[in-house]
Amino acid sequence: MSPKAAKSFPSPYSMKAPKGAEGWQDLYPYYLTFRDNLRKQEEAKFWFCDSQHWPNVFKPFEVIGVEFASRCLGAYNTRHYIIPPANGIDFRIHMGYNYFSPVGVAPELIPDRVPHFLERAGHYFANWGDLLENWRKDVLKNIEEIDSINFTKLPDMVPLEDITGGKGMDPSVQLFDDFDRLISLCYKNWERHFEFLNLGYVAYLDLFMFCKEAFPGIPDLAIAKMVMGVDSVLFRPDDELKTLADLAVKLGLTAHFTGDDSKTVLAAVAAASNGAEWIAAFEKAQDPWFNYTVGNGFYGTDVYWRDNLDLPVGYISDYVVRAAKGERLHRPKDELIGERDRITEEYASALDDEARETFMGKLGLARVVYPYVEDHNFYIEHWTMGVFWRKVRQLGQLLADEGFWGKATDILYLNRDEVRPVLFDYANAWAVGTEPIGPTYWPNEIARRAKIISALETQRPAPAFNEPPAEINEPFTVMLWGITTAQVQQWLGADDSGKGGLKGMAASGGVVEGKARVIMSPDQLGELVQGEILVAPVTAPSWGPVFGKISATVTDIGGMMSHAAIVCREYGLPAVTGTGKASTTIKTGMMLRVDGTNGTVEILSK
Amino acid sequence: MALYTFPFDSTETPEHDRLGGKCTSLAIMTSAGMPVPPGFAVTTDAYNAVVNDPKLQEHIHTILSRIDLENVADLDHGAAEIRELILTQPVPDEVYNEVHGAYKTLMELCGGEVPVAVRSSATAEDLPDASFAGQQDTYLWITGETYVLQKIRECWASLYTARAITYRAANNIPDEGLSIAVAVQKMVNSRSSGVAMTIDPSNGDRTKIVIDSSWGLGEMVVSGEVTPDNFMIDKVMLSVVNRIISDKHEELVPTGHGSIARREVDAERRNSSSLSEEEILSVAKLAKAAEKHYGSVQDIEWAIDDDLPAGQNVLLLQSRPETVWSQKKSETKVVSAGSGIEAITKSMLASMNQNK
Repeated sequence: MSPKAAKSFPSPYSMKAPKGAEGWQDLYPYYLTFRDNLRKQEEAKFWFCDSQHWPNVFKPFEVIGVEFASRCLGAYNTRHYIIPPANGIDFRIHMGYNYFSPVGVAPELIPDRVPHFLERAGHYFANWGDLLENWRKDVLKNIEEIDSINFTKLPDMVPLEDITGGKGMDPSVQLFDDFDRLISLCYKNWERHFEFLNLGYVAYLDLFMFCKEAFPGIPDLAIAKMVMGVDSVLFRPDDELKTLADLAVKLGLTAHFTGDDSKTVLAAVAAASNGAEWIAAFEKAQDPWFNYTVGNGFYGTDVYWRDNLDLPVGYISDYVVRAAKGERLHRPKDELIGERDRITEEYASALDDEARETFMGKLGLARVVYPYVEDHNFYIEHWTMGVFWRKVRQLGQLLADEGFWGKATDILYLNRDEVRPVLFDYANAWAVGTEPIGPTYWPNEIARRAKIISALETQRPAPAFNEPPAEINEPFTVMLWGITTAQVQQWLGADDSGKGGLKGMAASGGVVEGKARVIMSPDQLGELVQGEILVAPVTAPSWGPVFGKISATVTDIGGMMSHAAIVCREYGLPAVTGTGKASTTIKTGMMLRVDGTNGTVEILSK
Repeated sequence: MALYTFPFDSTETPEHDRLGGKCTSLAIMTSAGMPVPPGFAVTTDAYNAVVNDPKLQEHIHTILSRIDLENVADLDHGAAEIRELILTQPVPDEVYNEVHGAYKTLMELCGGEVPVAVRSSATAEDLPDASFAGQQDTYLWITGETYVLQKIRECWASLYTARAITYRAANNIPDEGLSIAVAVQKMVNSRSSGVAMTIDPSNGDRTKIVIDSSWGLGEMVVSGEVTPDNFMIDKVMLSVVNRIISDKHEELVPTGHGSIARREVDAERRNSSSLSEEEILSVAKLAKAAEKHYGSVQDIEWAIDDDLPAGQNVLLLQSRPETVWSQKKSETKVVSAGSGIEAITKSMLASMNQNK
């Protein structure tokens, strides 16, 4: 570490908002901004930016994701399982970005928490399979219920059958109720999100700690590979596309996949002689597997395959070209399993009998619980949130049609608690037989807010605030966000590798040299050329189809268990995550050498 | 398939009868991922093609039958006469062409004419009384094809030293079927060298490989005259987990004529790594292959040969079983034994008290 390195990050109170963003605080809930009267206590805590999950500035409605996720994560640690050393993770929104601060437990309180944890978490570990099946049923039921919500215009007259049936209520009751249910069902699935996740991580952590002690210096990657699943549902959507591409080649439909958009392609295939069989398979794959986003589920404008078939059909078309050349599209599952077994066997064989028994016991449990860590992402971030945002946009469109604002996504400029009064305004004017007030208020207000958001978007988030702890040893922080003592020092300007190199997490092994392609947003994914190295602030697991094209991945943010790391391991690509600054240091076209085994990225030529 | 020569890196199965003990073992080590200095065998078929010429055989028999084994001067004289016959016996073109070709290929690999070692490789050295094996010859630092061919003939002729003749007579070993192979092998030109162990000697962790490495020949690493670079590699993942680059002030380098020079290491090299990233992993793979081949923790000596192309320049010089840790239990400490919720709790609490 260089002696000149700063010891502390700036205080959020000393940061200046970009020009035009004045008053941004009012777009977010009062309890989520750094408030002036609490300056002393807020500055005493270390906050780091989670741009892994929230890389873009929040519009007011989108705060729902960070609120539900962070609150529910905390509740499971603090109130459900009483995890002895860890409470939740406090969060704030500053200039449109999310900052986290883990909340520990005072050492003297830890022992009393242990018996509760043993009883509660112990019950889950002992009944994992049954409880998980229960989880799946409930999560799917909630999704189904969200999907059944249908926001429609209030009718000119209350339906006659409601009159004759003596219902005694008009459809506004249903409208209010549907909105409340939409929010509540989303909340319920975020509760479910963390029911198993934290336990999955602690079981993994147990294996992790054992390995670090028994094999001092063992690479984190080795441990991740030992528990790696190869049949996670998270990879199923991409696998479905590959299967559809193989089917197209088998049915002799290759020539029809050259159209510019999905409409042209699907029409051409449908008209072909074997086309009906393929179209049927395509329809079947959509539910649920096209509830999949190129984003990460936290933004109302995230594009889901189901809502924009150009995406999956485009990917399929790329795959068809490769499949027609005889290329094997599907991930090399047997090789991945073979490599996992070789690694496990080689470490196990270095232990004496007693230690080997412990190792295999911990590994066995980690392998039971670990698939959840990968699978949940499809059920919640993709499927639940895909259906959720579609319904929010449907409501946005209804209110746009009623003159409240210009287009469906304008609803995102309201926070969720502002939408309810808008519905009342709408239903009230409908009832009274007059014009709602909203159309004279919201368009200007939305334009004002949109300006602020655009101004915030001109500035990248500061990586952290205030003085970091001397050592970062909170296991979740290290594992999920890749935030280590060394990483924090690097952010503070201490030198890392010295010679134009970047250092990060050795997230997925192998060494590759190639051309860089810097991708700052999912819209740019189409620019990737076969064999290039993907460099991005963060990647989403749903970028799956591009992983067949690229030769390695480098990200700014993310730990060993980040989605980019998991996907790269599944695809057998080298990855270095959590470099802090790859996407701003590296330019498209530079030649890179990515060493995913040692966590280094070298810029070979500009 | 070549009849008269056999490269050590051949994919064919080495036959002991054709290659002799030394060459067979060099070929087996190479194919097991433990490349020894490159080279080739001149097979017993070559010897047979030259020495089993009926006229020559008749001549040898005549001389042998008239020697008085009790008379030292007579024996020495007769043996010298036979050896002279072998050294001057014409070599058939097909034998010469193959040896010439194999030598040329070897020199091309080495990027030019470099010195080789020429050693006899006896087919009988695994017989119960193996002292016979020590009677054949070894010639080091031989440069140029003419001299190499000469030394191959000298190896053939070494079956007829006075000692070899009396040994066979005393042990009733018939001269019929007598044959010998010859190894022609590159002399190592160590740019860097050192030792490696397939265990962490500080705690007995068997999932590590440690490498000590310095510039030039390995003697200074072994004798402790220089502080070597030290690398620790995860044996399973083959990734470097720790490295210490030391100030390596001196090195020993071969002069190319069999002598060794001691010199200061220039400023630029003394504090830079004596192994590249690829070389570190190659040495580790070599050590791992040796451990697998011999079935126990190994302590190896290795060298990076400056004349050979990258990817083929990491050479195994010696491998022997490690004896200290192999006898005792690993000393790595594990906080949470067992598995399940109690163990999970214990390791979670321990992780909070640990600095990463």
